[in-house]
Amino acid sequence: MTRVQVLDAPGIARTLARMAAQIVERAGDEKLVYLIGVQTRGVPLARRLAALIKAATGHEPPVGALDITLYRDDVGPWRTAHLQPLLRATELPVPVDERVIFLVDDVLYTGRTVRAALDTLMDYGRPQAIRLAVLIDRGHRELPIAADFVGRAVQSAHAEDVQVHLKECDGDEGVWIVKEVAG
Amino acid sequence: MSVKPAPRLRGKDLVGIDPLSPDEIQLILDTADEMAEIGQRPIKKVPALRGKTVVNLFMEPSTRTRFSFEVAEKRLSADSLNFSSSGTSVEKGESLLDTAHNLEAMQPDFIVIRHRHAGAPHQLARALRASVVNAGDGAHEHPTQALLDAMTIRQRRGRLDGLVVAIVGDLQHSRVVRSNILLLSKMGATVRVAGPPSLVPVGIEKMGCEVHHRLEDAIAGVDVVMMLRIQLERQGRMNFPSVREYYDFFALTPERFKLAKKDALVMHPGPMNRGVEIDSRVADGPHSVILEQVTNGVAVRMAVLYLLAGGSGEPTSD
Repeated sequence: MTRVQVLDAPGIARTLARMAAQIVERAGDEKLVYLIGVQTRGVPLARRLAALIKAATGHEPPVGALDITLYRDDVGPWRTAHLQPLLRATELPVPVDERVIFLVDDVLYTGRTVRAALDTLMDYGRPQAIRLAVLIDRGHRELPIAADFVGRAVQSAHAEDVQVHLKECDGDEGVWIVKEVAG
Repeated sequence: MSVKPAPRLRGKDLVGIDPLSPDEIQLILDTADEMAEIGQRPIKKVPALRGKTVVNLFMEPSTRTRFSFEVAEKRLSADSLNFSSSGTSVEKGESLLDTAHNLEAMQPDFIVIRHRHAGAPHQLARALRASVVNAGDGAHEHPTQALLDAMTIRQRRGRLDGLVVAIVGDLQHSRVVRSNILLLSKMGATVRVAGPPSLVPVGIEKMGCEVHHRLEDAIAGVDVVMMLRIQLERQGRMNFPSVREYYDFFALTPERFKLAKKDALVMHPGPMNRGVEIDSRVADGPHSVILEQVTNGVAVRMAVLYLLAGGSGEPTSD
């Protein structure tokens, strides 16, 4: 197994600071900004971005958590996942209607998670707009989906695994590309 | 590298609480807590079971449980078909197994069955590929009722372990009491039961509960009082002199309820006979969680269907 580090803890902090600045610049009316993290690692990332936005503007945007499990396309009739994944909490502290949602996730890969997240959000109301912010874009899209804010774009092969560790979920912090070596 | 296996239900069916492990019960309750949120949304529907077919096979009258399963199925986007025994092939003498095989020829993924005979769901579970969910079999088990009761207690108390729960009323004809004794004792709660001797089945204490013959003894200091319905329709031979007499000795009145803990919960699986086993002042009082039980019933049934859809497909062995 080879493990190449893409970002360390200070690197993640710098990347998020830049993303927060871009979000503030592009947001327009900051009172409409609503950060929603995709469970699991999107949630602490959304919280960190909200804190950075508050430091920059004095206004703290609301932060929500979205569980997309029941909208996944690899369970149910097209099931490729062997077992039903565990449900996690969806918590939206304010309604999504008329807000500009910044959907936050750790890794953008096939785009299927984002598709599920968009469908989930639409069942909660009618946001004015939805933007996508990801820490890592690793390519290999299978759906016509692109991120509006990308922390770091990395080249990866299908066979490789991009691992994001955040201290809130994993104890340690960093981004790695991991390749299982055959044999 | 040790990977913790993902929690899951081991069997393809939910025929009772008896075959479930504490981990499986916990998994269902945790999943149900998340499912409850869907009922609060503007659009109360998720696509998780899109394309799955559920047959609701109710061979005995039921309103609450049947509606609750139907709502759960619709919220998960499953297609549901309702089958009741009146006006159908059952009246023409078809056996349960033949009915089930005919239904299975239409490729359902789930069969939810309510039947007056204990063991009917087990028979179907062994014979069919579809996942079978017991919605009440005779006086045997009613697993989703016990799960929704546990969910309601856990929401209010944060735990089941260490609580004392009194179940009072017609223990003889009640499948709810059996499933509840099994579930609560597996999860570390203490169960006391009480009823007139003519309605207490012989040997119920072997299930791991304390038996009392006075309501007052059973509810003293408990965390939860669960009242059971006097099944007037099953009292062919009356097991007590009169409804009035039953009320005098076994109804939950405000005065008697004071014997329980100050913050005790009042539960009832419904439908209630007001003025028979429970006084309206208690049923509608601040300690009552009876309507929360109904709401939670939908979430629990959603959790069961969702988890069984991802099961291992191994037949239930018991």
